Amino acid sequence: MSSPRTLFEKVWDAHVVHRLPEGGPELLYVDLHLIHEVTSPQAFDGLRLAGRRVRRPDLTVATVDHNVPTGDRSLPIADGIAARQVEALSANAGDFRIELFDLASPQQGIVHVIGPELGLTQPGMLIACGDSHTSTHGAFGALAFGIGTSEVEHVLATQCLVLSRPKTMEVRFDGAPSPGVTPKDMILGLIGKIGTAGATGYVIECTGEAIRRLSMEGRMTVCNMSIEAGARAGMVAPDETTFAYLEGRPRAPQGERFERAVARWRGLRTDAGARYDAGVCLDASTLAPQVTWGTSPGMVTAITGRVPDPAAFASEAERRAAERALEYMDLKPGTPLAGLPIDRVFLGSCTNARIEDLRSAARVVQGRKVASRVRAMVVPGSQQVKARAEAEGLDRVFKDAGFEWRNSGCSMCLGMNADVLQSGERCAATSNRNFEGRQGRGGRTHLMSPAMAAAAAVAGHLVDVRAWA
Amino acid sequence: MGLTPPPFVRHVGRVAALPRAHVDTDQIIPKQFLKRIERTGFGPFLFHDWRYGPDGSADPAFELNRPEAAGATILVAGANFGCGSSREHAVWALREYGFRAILAESFADIFYANCCQNGLLPVRLGSGEMRELFARCQRSGGVYDLLVDLEATLVKDGHGFRATFAMDPYRREMLLRGRDEIDRTLLEADRIAAYERSRETGNGIGET
Repeated sequence: MSSPRTLFEKVWDAHVVHRLPEGGPELLYVDLHLIHEVTSPQAFDGLRLAGRRVRRPDLTVATVDHNVPTGDRSLPIADGIAARQVEALSANAGDFRIELFDLASPQQGIVHVIGPELGLTQPGMLIACGDSHTSTHGAFGALAFGIGTSEVEHVLATQCLVLSRPKTMEVRFDGAPSPGVTPKDMILGLIGKIGTAGATGYVIECTGEAIRRLSMEGRMTVCNMSIEAGARAGMVAPDETTFAYLEGRPRAPQGERFERAVARWRGLRTDAGARYDAGVCLDASTLAPQVTWGTSPGMVTAITGRVPDPAAFASEAERRAAERALEYMDLKPGTPLAGLPIDRVFLGSCTNARIEDLRSAARVVQGRKVASRVRAMVVPGSQQVKARAEAEGLDRVFKDAGFEWRNSGCSMCLGMNADVLQSGERCAATSNRNFEGRQGRGGRTHLMSPAMAAAAAVAGHLVDVRAWA
Repeated sequence: MGLTPPPFVRHVGRVAALPRAHVDTDQIIPKQFLKRIERTGFGPFLFHDWRYGPDGSADPAFELNRPEAAGATILVAGANFGCGSSREHAVWALREYGFRAILAESFADIFYANCCQNGLLPVRLGSGEMRELFARCQRSGGVYDLLVDLEATLVKDGHGFRATFAMDPYRREMLLRGRDEIDRTLLEADRIAAYERSRETGNGIGET
């Protein structure tokens, strides 16, 4: 029989169409290609220019999410350039017969939220999308990663990608996190430990007791931010939690076909004796809620911690990066993170805008009010998440507390639409990147979990949510 | 890519040094410029928020705004260059601004692939070699030229600096020839079709 293989190797091997003679990369087949309005128009132009067709429109799904307004959907998009991009996707989807979940669709949402929620995302698939957070789908035991626009065009034309086999890294989360410590804290803890380039060139497989205990939403949060550790992709082996999540989803196999699929999916686990190229262990039981203090997701520490002194960093490059970050964030070394006043709260993004995230935040907010000087918004990850939350009455909890309750989209995670920070504003955000200007030029982002962001909204400053339990 | 990238064989050019680690693609091309539906028009906005103040005036302290960086075609940058978003617009902006090669200790994976798709040569050098390049650039007062030779996988200046670099043979060949990767892959159309047939009839993972 064949030698023991990792989960990644099984999925990779099953998708190799051909090993190219030049040596090195392999031609891999893409099972699901997700596209959106920002990184696809130039790819379609390229197809037209070369007179090429889309090889498998039936394996391609489009939605609008990056630049769309989250306010009143009955109004036209006020930003003319953004509207042109949305219209271009609509025209391209029509011309090439690709299914599109547009602004009028009740299934519209952030591409990485709707894929799983529709059951499009399934174990063992190879999934590509012109967005770095495609790693989210790896939570199902799929191999999923972001690609650039030229590669989007390549997938449209050939349904394949030319890829060099990445290395593998096992990230084992032992133990069980204490109450108030969430999947977001687990992944931020990892990035803090290995750095934003710690997994460059690797596909991470997340294993261990703490991962097994997580819901699919939690696993998606962890895999979503594996890219922030530099990883090509993050993966979790599918199990009963995965199968239960998928059963009955509209695009998942139904009935007997589902049973057959599950039987096959059960084989998608790393064999005993299989070797990873690298390994990291984290004890989830010792983690505290995490908060970023700088301008990279790796600049992170426990809420009980203080802003570090750049002088304490080992290398000159990291020292300079920390100095620059503190200047941008307007923070002094030694300042306790708890108590730092905030102006804005953003509950949203492909990292943390699923129903569980909203429930977790709503539990904190229930019966309380957003601090008077804080503007807080909830942007559900999809229109279906929004509808579900409304059916559960979560919208009332948020609105009664003073949160804005909006329509779905990427929104203030990257600020391509009107949802942006003003210069100097400090924001508690559930998103994935705290880069300079990411949420708006001069805006200062602190990444944290939904529960922590909700607590900050009420307190008006960063606060340890465990003290609220 | 529909538009075939220009070949890269060797290039001699002026160096601009950006000694910052973890430069993310949000800095290379901020999101407010991602709404164009063309591949062109991004060059003027390269590093926009670093190059220009909120009032639109150029920041004289920013590395690319210094007079000696004018006309630079080779960017020498800190580790983990191009991390973050997959936006290829970052590479289009660098190319349109005039860069032909980027030298760094490491690159983010997606950014590296995007460079190769657009004839922008990403060169990985050792940390000692990068330190030496930054030092030489600084000693020269910023007027510093390099030769980047992809055929010989070699970087050198006229004063004794010499470093070889590694590149996957497939990517190197594609860059040397300026080859369209889609054309290359479409040569395998029969194999792709055979793979699709095997999954329809078999019980492969893709059968759902």
